[in-house]
Amino acid sequence: MSETDHHAVDLRGVVKRYGDFTAVHRTDLSIEEGSFLTLLGPSGCGKTTTLRMIAGLTSITEGEVAIKGRRVNDLPIHKRNLGVVFQNYALFPHKTVWDNVAFGLKYRKTPADETKRRVGEALELVQLPHAADRAPSQLSGGQQQRIALARAIVVRPDVLLLDEPLSALDANLREDMRVELKRIQHTLGITTIFVTHDQSEALAMSDRIVVMSDGRVEQVGDPQAVYNRPASEFVAGFLGNSNILPARILAREGERAEVEVEGLGALLATVEPQDPRPLARGETVKLAIRAEKLALSPAIGAEAPGPDAAALAGRIATVDYQGQVARYFLEAGQRQLQSVNAIDEHPLPEGAEVSIRVRARDCVILPA
Amino acid sequence: MASLDPKDNPSRPWTLLSPALTAILLLLVIPVCFIAVYSFWLRTATGADVAGFHLDNWAEVLTDSFYRDILLFTLWIAFATTVICALVGYVPAYFIATTQYRHKAFLLLLLMLPFWISYIIRTMSWINILGVSGVVNVALQWVGLTGEPLQMLYNQWTVIVGLVHFLLPFMILNLYVSLYGIDRNLVDAARSLGCTGWQAFREVTLPLSLPGLAAGSLLCFVLAAGTYITPLVLGGPTDAMFANLVFDAIITQLNWPLGSALSLVLLILLGGLVILYNRFVGMSQIAKSFG
Repeated sequence: MSETDHHAVDLRGVVKRYGDFTAVHRTDLSIEEGSFLTLLGPSGCGKTTTLRMIAGLTSITEGEVAIKGRRVNDLPIHKRNLGVVFQNYALFPHKTVWDNVAFGLKYRKTPADETKRRVGEALELVQLPHAADRAPSQLSGGQQQRIALARAIVVRPDVLLLDEPLSALDANLREDMRVELKRIQHTLGITTIFVTHDQSEALAMSDRIVVMSDGRVEQVGDPQAVYNRPASEFVAGFLGNSNILPARILAREGERAEVEVEGLGALLATVEPQDPRPLARGETVKLAIRAEKLALSPAIGAEAPGPDAAALAGRIATVDYQGQVARYFLEAGQRQLQSVNAIDEHPLPEGAEVSIRVRARDCVILPA
Repeated sequence: MASLDPKDNPSRPWTLLSPALTAILLLLVIPVCFIAVYSFWLRTATGADVAGFHLDNWAEVLTDSFYRDILLFTLWIAFATTVICALVGYVPAYFIATTQYRHKAFLLLLLMLPFWISYIIRTMSWINILGVSGVVNVALQWVGLTGEPLQMLYNQWTVIVGLVHFLLPFMILNLYVSLYGIDRNLVDAARSLGCTGWQAFREVTLPLSLPGLAAGSLLCFVLAAGTYITPLVLGGPTDAMFANLVFDAIITQLNWPLGSALSLVLLILLGGLVILYNRFVGMSQIAKSFG
């Protein structure tokens, strides 16, 4: 049994070039059967191009795409047995909801009674069983998106490809659809590749996240790994709010490293055991600390930071009050830091002298 | 300060439309009313027009098979022209609408280019192409395919060729607008669901371009059915179209009452067609291509 047998999709050295411009640099990626994988990145990072290459909507310049172990480079899209959901839903405006959903079955020569049953089931699954006779234009955006999903899954595709399916919806609906989409994916156990620029969608829905930037894969990992242990400055900056500080290694001992942050002083950082970098003394690096990991307390009467943590003295320059949390812009040493802290009744006032607790496990060493 | 909300100022649209409406009233509605009145007058053998309410012109126009045959011939020419325009025009319209070529506006400009030259000149250019000493005949004789020049001009087919030449841009423009408006994702969606390229065209592109096809066809048909220059320049003696009858009646015979009745027949017929179109497709489709 070969290693790729349980992979629904494999990308091997895939490259996409448009003339001199490389949209996607050499990419290797495997997607496990039944898993939910997200391609996350800003617009123009190559995530949609990657999806379109898997779908067969864009040709592959170099490398190989395999679906269920079978090379599909030269297989036209209509023979790949995929389900694709587009950002703008792409429902056929001149067909009823029923005909939209039944469309793929028609081209699979499905018998009439089976078509009827399966379209009915798909409409049940997306909770719109009564919309069958309506025109797509009579449905709301969220309903149209559900129908687009029903149309894609009714053919029992090998892989479900979702191209920013939620971004056209308004914020509340988007969160509902997120849960809904995950539920349907889980029910069907269908391998799903999801493209988004929205980090919260990616974190909430994915089994694995592929962070992309400028046509390159920056990091692949489960949501916690990508969020807590970013592998690059880009990932640290793209997901959430991070303080990214230029630093230099002072000493390294096992999973601990002491670093000197310019204009701030020495801090302890955590190194993953499998991290292959030498991180020798004197090496310049970047230190990333998430804004919400910097805990603030009034300078007077501050408790000792405890082991494996440091306390920095700082002053609150600006407070951005957001209700349940506040974002503080701090001055510490010669640096500016951001901190997001939960608020108990009142935020800390502007100009207050504070003690900033920095734990070693929240400090991630990135390549400079 | 004047409010911009149209609800506060219900007369504003009418104020803005009034110059156009005045022009239409003075230059179109009132003259048509004159013509309607004229059509009930009578022309005597002496050449004088007798005012009154006489149905003689209408009786002649509606019963004489001469007029009926020419009307049917006119409708046939218009129909053939429209069908050919649709078939020939679809491909370039599809190409311009879907091309990734950067200078799409330039392609559209090329489409408009013929309008910079007078329609009559363009029509007459066919004499230099298809005439006895025209390009085609010279080429054929030079190659040796024929010894004698072929008589290709002055029949109903050259009339159709001239009309297609004149009307093709209208068809392409209308088709282009509706093809350009089709979301490319719809085709991708159809393909992903199992359609070949051709099947996706049949399922998605073609049905969604029908409004443009209908708009282009209406324009082509109406303009072709109302033409009199093309049959005059490119048609033979038996290829007169309905508008030529009007021209003859009014300009040659100075028979205004008969000419009026004839032109009203054409107006009512084509007007009915436009109303039918508006009922099933809607005028807004035509407005799009000029928007």
